[in-house]
Amino acid sequence: MPAVGSSAGGPLLAVRSLTKLFGSFAACNGIDLEIQPGEIHALLGENGAGKSTLVKMLFGVLAPTSGEIVWKGDSVRIPSPGAARRLGIGMVFQHFSLFEALTVAENIALSLSPGISLSKVAEEASRLSHLYGLPLDPKAHVADLSVGERQRIEIVRALLQNPELIILDEPTSVLTPQEADRLFETLDKLKAEGRSVLYISHRLEEVQRICDRATVLRHGKVTGACDPRKETPASLARMMVGSDVASVSTAGTNTKGDVLLEARHLSVPARTPFAVALKNVCLKVRGGEVLAIAGVAGNGQGELFDALSGEYPAADASAVFIRNKPAGNLGITARRLMGAGFVPEERHGHAAVPSLPLSDNLVLARSQSDRRTFLGGGVLGIIKHAVVRLASRRISETMDVRKSGDDPAAGSLSGGNLQKYIVGRELDRQPAVLIVNQPTWGVDAGAASRIRQALVDLAKSGSAVLVISQDLDEIFEVATEIAVISEGRLSDVYPAHALTRETIGLLMGGMYGKTEGEEVAHAH
Amino acid sequence: MRIELERRANPSLLFSVISPFLALALTVFAGGIMFALLGKDPVSALYSFFIEPLLDIWSLHEIAIKAAPLILIGAGLSVCYRSNNWNIGAEGQFIAGAIAGAIVPVVFHDWHSSLVLPLMLIFGMIGGALYAAIPAFLKAHMNTNEILTSLMLVYIAQLFLDWLVRGPWRSPDAYNFPVSRDFAPEAILPELVSSGRANLGFVFAVVAAVGLWIMMRYTLKGFEITVLGQSERAGRFAGFSSRRMIWFSMLLSGAFAGLAGISEVSGVIGKLQPVISPGYGFTAIIVAFLGRLNPLGIIAAGLFLALTYVGGEAVQLTLGVSDKVTRVFQGLLLFFVLSCDTLIQYKIRLVFSRFRQTTEGGAH
Repeated sequence: MPAVGSSAGGPLLAVRSLTKLFGSFAACNGIDLEIQPGEIHALLGENGAGKSTLVKMLFGVLAPTSGEIVWKGDSVRIPSPGAARRLGIGMVFQHFSLFEALTVAENIALSLSPGISLSKVAEEASRLSHLYGLPLDPKAHVADLSVGERQRIEIVRALLQNPELIILDEPTSVLTPQEADRLFETLDKLKAEGRSVLYISHRLEEVQRICDRATVLRHGKVTGACDPRKETPASLARMMVGSDVASVSTAGTNTKGDVLLEARHLSVPARTPFAVALKNVCLKVRGGEVLAIAGVAGNGQGELFDALSGEYPAADASAVFIRNKPAGNLGITARRLMGAGFVPEERHGHAAVPSLPLSDNLVLARSQSDRRTFLGGGVLGIIKHAVVRLASRRISETMDVRKSGDDPAAGSLSGGNLQKYIVGRELDRQPAVLIVNQPTWGVDAGAASRIRQALVDLAKSGSAVLVISQDLDEIFEVATEIAVISEGRLSDVYPAHALTRETIGLLMGGMYGKTEGEEVAHAH
Repeated sequence: MRIELERRANPSLLFSVISPFLALALTVFAGGIMFALLGKDPVSALYSFFIEPLLDIWSLHEIAIKAAPLILIGAGLSVCYRSNNWNIGAEGQFIAGAIAGAIVPVVFHDWHSSLVLPLMLIFGMIGGALYAAIPAFLKAHMNTNEILTSLMLVYIAQLFLDWLVRGPWRSPDAYNFPVSRDFAPEAILPELVSSGRANLGFVFAVVAAVGLWIMMRYTLKGFEITVLGQSERAGRFAGFSSRRMIWFSMLLSGAFAGLAGISEVSGVIGKLQPVISPGYGFTAIIVAFLGRLNPLGIIAAGLFLALTYVGGEAVQLTLGVSDKVTRVFQGLLLFFVLSCDTLIQYKIRLVFSRFRQTTEGGAH
């Protein structure tokens, strides 16, 4: 690989008063940013602060309304991702764009010119992956790989273009602590070669650990540039949200009530070749408890949510009990009527329909549980739009949902604000059981803290809360009990204070289970 | 060189409102060019195509007669398309409805009662719905592509009707012509007003369209259709079943097409014959999209496309051009409607040097 050049002294990339308007809304408003050669630069900000818009402009996905991008001293226009790659900018997106049925090498070849042979791509990819400590088998099928390995494909794919600046969008949000450590080593190597990294994250500890400088955005403007190592997590958070982030208070959650949600030997075969089968999952959640299920993405979390919510009911009625009534074979509507509420992981196209207004998205989740309030006209089922809109406004106010207009399309809200609405939509009916999958995935610190506090408060009021999450910080913040899911099996449930990150990390790797434990015991 | 469609960040609201009218204007313009190429004076040809039919009472009746099946079928199809079910076989369901409804006046021709007509209409709806049930079943339970199955069933229906009127249902009094018995007077759909031929079918169409509009706009069912059409997963989260929606939308559109079919043979033709539709079931697809899948818009679009049928007949008579002109106009219109809609959402980008771009930026 040729040596990475850098212009003498000056910054690799400079952004001068870059602005992007969507209608009259300024997603980015006069942003100034400088990235030096060979530095890891953090871009911090809440969701909706303009981070994604900014990097999309740098990567040629969006065109700036005004302002200037300076690359190695020359003012440039970046009309497309191809142009960005030619300049030497590579990007690893938060949501991967990989074909699961193809091999690693085939996926990489897809992003290159057609002339290059597959074996050459495989050779180059494995050379790079060894060089940067990103072990990867070019012949493996993507469907068989963990999320961490998939991310490596994306990184190798970006490295093949020999970029001088690599943009990483929330790279650790899907990784185990051990995988994240390995990623940081790779980043250090890249930095040692003189490459620059623009690192987008909301995890303050990480930013402090690996980043040399940080630029903080709020409401589309730069609110601070600092050396993150000289700051405290609290001071960084303050720059991000403009006020102190309330830490979640869990005091007084010790009163435990009856078992409100129970899974008894829940087994579900895999629906698709790429799905995970659930194997003999047993769990109990009492009123007043928050049970958090930790695990690396793709280990059956989605399938567990589907089975507990009734979106894909199990065959056996006694596999799931809600408030002591068998519900395993009932659909989601029946379970809602039994007092359960659900928040799925994917906001767009699952928890909400992006093109429909918020009020319609309220009807989406509550048309049957609030039938008497929201519907009129008997069997005709006339939606009372005025009543729904009023309830929607109440939810927005309670959860501090920031939006443009009274009842905008769900897709126009930032991730954090939409998530606050989706969680608020369920909390508003005070469900006896709440099942949440990845409550704060891709959500900024302010909104995340709001949502976590709401979950804890709901449990305090006597409800049973089940949280499926990949975020260990979050789990330790909200959970009273913790279990770990790995390859569709659930570990025993432990009290939250009895576990450390390290033990959870081991459980995530599947190092548990009575049979394995016994085998280990016998071996000794 | 390669042409790419790139999604626009902010599609223009103004243009999405005027898009149907823009498509109309472009169609008229392209039609004028076509007439000029045929050696006719474009202005007078367009005048007799689009304006003259609006000036006579009798031709207004003809427009209502032809608009009725278009609106009825188009409104039913809009529910299908909004829910992401692509019923292309309304023409076959139209014929199936006509056959099922004709059982009463053809097979039981000795039975005279005021119940004959209501029974025919009900049979027509059931016939159309049952015929649409075939692709619905195949999609819901066999995961078959409904576009292919519903389309292929059209040809089966057409040939079945052809066999029926040449074989078992051929009229004994028609000198071996392939037609059924003439329907008895009580089996004929009454005319609307005394001034012309327009019949009750037009009322069915408008009532059905307004009814569907109310359903889509105000009821939970309409909401369910919208949600499942936008995202099956979100629909599942809401507790809606996409499988039930396949049945609902296909049966509904089939029943509407069947009602249109029996109304046509009962109100306009008065008997069964080998060909009973000038392609209403296919033209209704254009009507549905021109009307923006909105039942009220579909009423307007249906009236306009009916005008192309009547205008096409008029220019055939006055200018001696082929009757294919009507089909050309309808094709042009669908083309312009779809391209206007596409260009509002996307912009065209010409990419000249794909090879250079990727080799420079590619692996080394």
